[in-house]
Order: sequence, then structure tokens, then C-alpha cells
Amino acid sequence: MSAPNLDADWTPLLSVSGVSKAFGGLQALSDISLQVNAGEIFGLIGPNGAGKTTLFNALTGLYTIDRGEVRLQDARLDGRKPHQVLQAGLARTFQNIRLFAEMTALENVLVGRHARTRSGVVGAVLRLPRTRAEEADSHERAHALLRRMGLAQHAHRLAKNLPYGDQRRLEIARALATEPKLLALDEPAAGMNAAERTALRELLLQLQADGLTLLLIEHDVKLVMGLCTRLAVLDYGVKIADGTPEVVSHDPKVIAAYLGDEAL
Amino acid sequence: MLSSVLKSRWLTFSLLALGLALLPFLINAGLGRSWVRLLDLALLYVILALGLNIVVGYAGLLDLGYVAFYALGAYVYAWLASPHFGLHLPFWAILPMGAALAGLFGVLLGAPTLRLRGDYLAIVTLGFGEIIRIFINNLNAPFNLTNGPQGINLIDPVRLGSISLSQPLTLFGYTFSGVHLTYYLFLLLVLAVIFISMRLENSRIGRAWVAIREDEIAAAATGINTRNLKLLAFAMGATFGGLAGGLFASFQGFISPESFNLMESIMILCMIVLGGMGHIPGVIFGALLLTLLPEALRYTGDWQRNLLGQIYVDPADLRMLLFGFALVAVMLYRPAGLFPSARRRREFADAKG
Repeated sequence: MSAPNLDADWTPLLSVSGVSKAFGGLQALSDISLQVNAGEIFGLIGPNGAGKTTLFNALTGLYTIDRGEVRLQDARLDGRKPHQVLQAGLARTFQNIRLFAEMTALENVLVGRHARTRSGVVGAVLRLPRTRAEEADSHERAHALLRRMGLAQHAHRLAKNLPYGDQRRLEIARALATEPKLLALDEPAAGMNAAERTALRELLLQLQADGLTLLLIEHDVKLVMGLCTRLAVLDYGVKIADGTPEVVSHDPKVIAAYLGDEAL
Repeated sequence: MLSSVLKSRWLTFSLLALGLALLPFLINAGLGRSWVRLLDLALLYVILALGLNIVVGYAGLLDLGYVAFYALGAYVYAWLASPHFGLHLPFWAILPMGAALAGLFGVLLGAPTLRLRGDYLAIVTLGFGEIIRIFINNLNAPFNLTNGPQGINLIDPVRLGSISLSQPLTLFGYTFSGVHLTYYLFLLLVLAVIFISMRLENSRIGRAWVAIREDEIAAAATGINTRNLKLLAFAMGATFGGLAGGLFASFQGFISPESFNLMESIMILCMIVLGGMGHIPGVIFGALLLTLLPEALRYTGDWQRNLLGQIYVDPADLRMLLFGFALVAVMLYRPAGLFPSARRRREFADAKG
């Protein structure tokens, strides 16, 4: 079976063009352009300090970029605040898990519903019918997500007391609760054992099958190569290669970046 | 099963309501009328503490200038119901006005602090609190707005038709004193504030506040408009503060800038920390404890005289000393506050099950 011609068959979901970001004298991102198509799992790899997480932060509004443009379908994301980026449909997880530690697993997922619900102070105090319906819907969706992630039995435990792997999955559940079009995962497999990695892989494939598009930062090359439809490789803030895993893994610049120039 | 749960709920509820209704009678009979007055004051502090709890306990914004909103509410009441401007509007019109103005100032003072957290926020809010107090202290010229350090006197008591809360009322052959009637009014408002706090806590808004407290960046990345929600927390807290201020002005009949100093802000914060931050019963308990305990410790003077023949340590000093010890002890042994929150209880039950 030949690889599908991605650029022609699939519609672009996320377009990043010419994004640059400097911190003082350090050019963290230089002129990064890439395109993530709807329905694919797009991998972002590179050595430590290559700028992967910086790019994530720039895409999700945590950093303001110096130059360039970010679009999710027709919506401009650059210059937007993090909550506006999420509202537009780009959700993320963090490399160093950032759950709401003193809230239960259920409450963490419910916070994810915030952007898709609307009731305010008056609705909350008077428990208006619309607020009640909204709350019931949020709870139903949150429980469904917890079940899907295998966290149902932990619904009422505090996030900080969950085992590590469960915390990672809970963060994904919280992001999914926001009904994203594109889910950006920052090293979701970090610190996981082999069994947890296999389960994660299954989960990501399932999410893709459900029509979600994934952007993935990952160090585990085996996981990335098996999972991603396409990859981009960053090194010192510059994109040095992109394409299918097959193409990228044979690119001399990529090999040099990972193994050093003398490997060539 | 369900009906028995409902029945027991109703039973607890009725007993609680009966107890709260009878409390001033018991205290009056047992400890005297001055303690009913203290009870009124304690209820006022419950409102203040619950208001600050929204800002500090839920949203995690350390506000040391909270007393400014209390002062604003009090002065609005004094302006509109005293001989100072010759205005005597009814309380049900002024209380909401004072609360609303305080809420507005909550937003105005909150807006410049949005980027600050922790210690830095505390310092800036402390500054705002002092600015308001110094303004009040000095706004007797060129136009006499606040009457300066002398304060405003002869503020109208709360009046409902022919019933005034400053005069005793005889009903069914029993004479209710003014402080006694005030108790019922304050209790009603305390219950309203508790109700609003509880509803907010278990809502989309309350969860967003706690999320901001736990991790502001993650909260923003999860779709929470942190700016608006922080301003909302400031506004809600300030509104309760303004409400308490209006009640205070009507209750005392006299207000001056002295009543609204930094120590007051710190005391309200202590109530929250001591009782259990973000936990409504804990905050109420903290407010009652810190209003009533220092008064009870006044009696140490009598005890010394009875037991030892003379007063060795001035009760006022001993009071602060014991109070300080109590605070240190709580911070050492119950750092989360005296009342464990439901969150922790639930967690404990899950761990066992």
C-alpha cells in the first residue's frame, strides 16, 4: 500500500508560517513553518532544547510570537490569549503535568467544560433551569471521559494523589473535555512504563479514529515512528526536516542532529 | 431510605433553625446583653470573612486591603442616612448601593493587580487599603465628605416601618432589645451570604476560581478567562465587604477611619486561615472564634483577682499573648485550618474504600 498523498488529499487544520520567537539574545524559534492536516497525528521531535515546547507555548498563546502567523482553519491564533486559543479549538497538555492538584479528577475534567459552557453568577446562585441542564450535561460528559480514560474509579480522588500514569491520562481527559479540533500533547509518554506506553498508543490511535487531530511532542522515537503520519524535526529553533517518518528517519541532517556530525 | 434521609435532613434543619432563633435568648439569660451585642458583631465578621474567602480562599488572591471595601460600604451608609448631609434614606435602598459601590471599587482596585501574585499582590492591595483609609481620614477639606478623623456620628439605625433596631420592641408580652432584633437581621443576611457562597462554590464559576488558585497558567490553557474571573472574585468579595460595612455603620451609629485600619484586614484574613481557607463552615467558625475568644479572654483579669488576689498581667496584654500563641499553635499543628474541608474528607473515604 502506498502512502497517501497527504498534502493533496487532506485539508489543512493548523498552519504555522514564519513563526519566530527570541528571548533576549537567544533565538528560540527561527522562521518555523509547518502544516498539520485534519485527521493526522503530527509528530514534533528534536533534541533537548530544540524549541519544541517553546513552539507549543507560542501556538497556545502562552508566549507572544515576534513574527509569523498561526491559523487554525480560518481563525488567527497568533496574538490571542490562551483561553481564546482554546476557545478556537486548540487544546494542550503540559510536559510537566499541570493538573489542579487540590481538585478531584472529576472537577479537573469539569474545569475543561468551562470554555463550552456559559452560566454566570446569577445562574449559579439561583440554579436556573438552563444552568442545571448545563451542569448535568457537563457532569455526564466528564464521567464519560473519565470512564474512557479508565479513571472512573478515581473520580472523587484529588488529582495530586493519583498515580503518575493516571495523572497523564487525566490531563488528556481535561483537554478533551474542551472539545478541541486539535489536541497538542507535550511528551505524553514521558515517565511511562512499557505497558502504559502501549496503552497510550492505543488511546491516541482511538482518538485519531474518532476524528481528532493530534500534534505530538515525543522523545520516544519508536513510539513516534509507529504512530505519526508525518513529522517535523526541530534543532536549535530551526526546522531541519519534515515529512513521513520513513523520509525523516533517513534525513542526514536529522541523523546529525541526534547523533552528532561525526556519525555521518 | 430516601424518605428517612429527607426526614433526618428536615429534622437537623429544623433543630438548627430553632437553635439559631433561640440563641440570643439563651445568651442574654446566661451571659448578659453585652454578649448578644458581641454576637451581632460576630455575625458581621462572618459576612466579612465569607466575602474575603471568595478572593483568598477560592481564587487564591492574597488581598490585604479588604477592609477598604468594608469602609466604603460603611461610609455610603453614613452619607445617605445621617445628619452629615441631612439625608435619611431607608436601609433597604442604601445597603445595596453601598455593596454595589464597594463591588465597583473591587473591580477598579483589582484591575491594576491582575498580573501580580502572592506577596506582590499582598503588598499592592495593602497599599490600596491604606490609600482608601488615608483618603477618608483627610477628605474633610476642601469639601467635607468624610468629616476626617472625627468620623460621622448619629447614623440612622435600621428602620423597618415603625420598628427601629435601636429601640426595644414588645411582642407577645416579651420585650426584644435592639441588639436582639439586630441579631435576626444579621442572621438573615449571613444566611443569604452563606447560600450565595455555597452555590458559587459548586458551580462553573467556583471551579474556575479554584483552578486559577491551583495553577493559573493551566487554568488559562484550559479555557478560563483568568482576567475576568479574577475581577469577578474581587467584585464579589468587595460586595460582601460593602454590605457588612453598611450594617456596621447602622449598628454602631458612628464610624471613623480608625475602625478600618490594616489590623482589621489582617484579623479577617486570620479568621479564614484559622478556620480553613476555602471551606465555608471553617470560615464561619474562624470568624466566630476570633470575635468571641478575645472578648472571653478579658475575663482573665477577674480570674487572676479571684485566684491570686491581684492582677499580675494586664488582661489586654494577656489576651493578645494567648491569641498569638493560639495562632502559632494552629499554624504548627493544623496548617490547613481547624476545620477539615469536605474535599479532604471525601479523599479520606476514597482511600479507605
